[in-house]
Amino acid sequence: MNLGVQLLQYTLSGITVGSIYAMVAIGFNIIYNSTGIINFAQGEFVMLGGMTAVYLYKTLHLPLFISGLGAVFIVMCIGILFERFAIQILKDSSVITLIIVTIAASILFKGGAMFIWGKDAYVLPSFSGDEPFHMFGATILPQTLWILGFLFLIVAALTGFFKFTIVGKAMKACAFNRRAARIVGINVNRMVMLSFALSALIGGIAGVIVTPITLAHYDRGALLGLKGFGTAIFGGLGNMGGAVAAGIIVGLLEAYSAGLISSGYKDAVALIILLAVLFFRPGGIFAKKEEQALKTF
Amino acid sequence: MKKIFIITTVITAFLVLLPLSLVAEKKEEVESYKIGGIFAITGPASWLGEPERNTMEMIADMVNKQGGINGVPIELHIEDTVGDETKTVNAAKKLINSDQVIAIVGPSRSGTTMAVIPIVEKAEVPLISCAAAEAIVNPIKKWVFKTPQQDRHAVDRIYEYMVDHGIRKIAIMSGTTGFGDQGRKQLQKLAPDYKITIVADETYGPSDADMTSQLTKIRGTDAQAIVNWSIVPAQVIVAKNMVQLGMDIQLFLSHGFGNIKYVEAAEGAAEGIIFPAGRLLAAETVPTTHPQKKVLMEYKNLYEEKFNEPVSTFGGHAWDAMWILIRAIEKAGADKAAIRDEIGKITGFAGTGGIFNFSPSDHNGLTKDAFEMLTVKNGKFVVLEK
Repeated sequence: MNLGVQLLQYTLSGITVGSIYAMVAIGFNIIYNSTGIINFAQGEFVMLGGMTAVYLYKTLHLPLFISGLGAVFIVMCIGILFERFAIQILKDSSVITLIIVTIAASILFKGGAMFIWGKDAYVLPSFSGDEPFHMFGATILPQTLWILGFLFLIVAALTGFFKFTIVGKAMKACAFNRRAARIVGINVNRMVMLSFALSALIGGIAGVIVTPITLAHYDRGALLGLKGFGTAIFGGLGNMGGAVAAGIIVGLLEAYSAGLISSGYKDAVALIILLAVLFFRPGGIFAKKEEQALKTF
Repeated sequence: MKKIFIITTVITAFLVLLPLSLVAEKKEEVESYKIGGIFAITGPASWLGEPERNTMEMIADMVNKQGGINGVPIELHIEDTVGDETKTVNAAKKLINSDQVIAIVGPSRSGTTMAVIPIVEKAEVPLISCAAAEAIVNPIKKWVFKTPQQDRHAVDRIYEYMVDHGIRKIAIMSGTTGFGDQGRKQLQKLAPDYKITIVADETYGPSDADMTSQLTKIRGTDAQAIVNWSIVPAQVIVAKNMVQLGMDIQLFLSHGFGNIKYVEAAEGAAEGIIFPAGRLLAAETVPTTHPQKKVLMEYKNLYEEKFNEPVSTFGGHAWDAMWILIRAIEKAGADKAAIRDEIGKITGFAGTGGIFNFSPSDHNGLTKDAFEMLTVKNGKFVVLEK
């Protein structure tokens, strides 16, 4: 096999992994955009999405499509409940306190999932078969195309939502200055709840669509969350397009370094570049200076 | 006034009952054998720790119902390590210093076992590990034993099979965990003995979602087979990715694949995989004349009836460790040094992992015959026909 085909395969692998990271990163961004909080339970939303879908599909024997929808809906409800019972009652606390609450919640979700579904890894069937597409000798799974499709759909929808709708703008206003937002008549509580609902929804979607590739496992959330968080920082917190670009870049870096250098250095290479970016451009690769000055992180 | 009355009553009751409870506790201390268990009950290696904990509790219940060891009941102190080295070290210190156990079963993982070895050696407490790595008992540590089969023997069985089938050039992949790393070292070390060349050596993290990069690199070499050495669920993704890439060279896995749930998660991609494992996984297909048959069926039936889930080799390691320890305590009582000496003398013990013959120079007691080559056929583990 020649180097060209190998490089193409690395690229496709990188895109597969990168699109998963990007999905998780977007969830971080939504909550950040409306509350300034970093929700460390985001990875758990993804895990819950996958596990719930597996439960509906394998135990209750619902059709795959219904299981997926059901899982996304259930995870969204969990996101709303989480916000109502953990974030809302502490709304006057500092951002750091709320971030710590999200870490606590992530441990709770993980423990709950382990208690309910046990410790085994499960899988969902691919949406449109496992027969890979061949491109010049390299292969890509149809499921990866599903992930990419959903990714772009979600990014387009969210960008439009935050830029052009009143509700989206109101959500952003809450993050910049809660009191000012309240003075101009924005229902801050509702906006915060909406942001958690949205990010849980996206976490749930991510969980359902990546499970055919990555398997669902109660312990998967934390590590997915970590990579997604790194990606969100890399692309600039709150920047949807940035998250997608950063996800793909991190994925490609990992794939190329695994293929061309050594798989032992894969994570190291990605992390070193991430650190370098943070060092020279703390707001992420796409940040504008003025924008960064307004952010808490 | 009423308040004061209540408070006085509570304090009086407390003062009266306190000495009683102290007496009760003290009495128990003399009248039980305290055995510690440290397992990765939660966390990424929980599928090891949970069956191990279950098995240990099941045996303690059985023994205590029949009157204990020489009339003395077993008292278990089980700690969860979450598969983490630091937590394991803390758990071991707690068991030794505050619970005062006379022996420890566990930990579940190779990395965590290596972390507690200095502690048990210093405190002089016998430890029977349920983890596989060769380094645990080689070089010999005075107080440390282990029941899982040796990685080296698994490698021996795989390489023997390869030599028989004309496979000379192989690629290895391993998970970046203690188990994967130790296996990788054994694969590298033993390859020259069998005149096998390793043409690619790749690793993957336990949380990785896609291994096509590593596999593509391997496809660019002239490897005739891949050995994938890991215990984490991610090893299943390797099998799935090979199907995706259309690679048709033989995939070998380690004994870390010994969990039927992995076969389910692989969705058909596991068919035809070859791996060495203890006989427990294919207990039904072991001939009735085999010396392990009785213990295999006994453990399988007891465990599956009680916990309503399939047995795994990992729980079997705890079964072996626990019965070896009970045998030693039968003769040695609560004296730690005597327990260690008695474990070292056990021979001809039929466990789920094989026939154990301990000696001063062998703290594992198993040979490569403890492994059988298995394969996956129609979603089930079966003994590979020669």
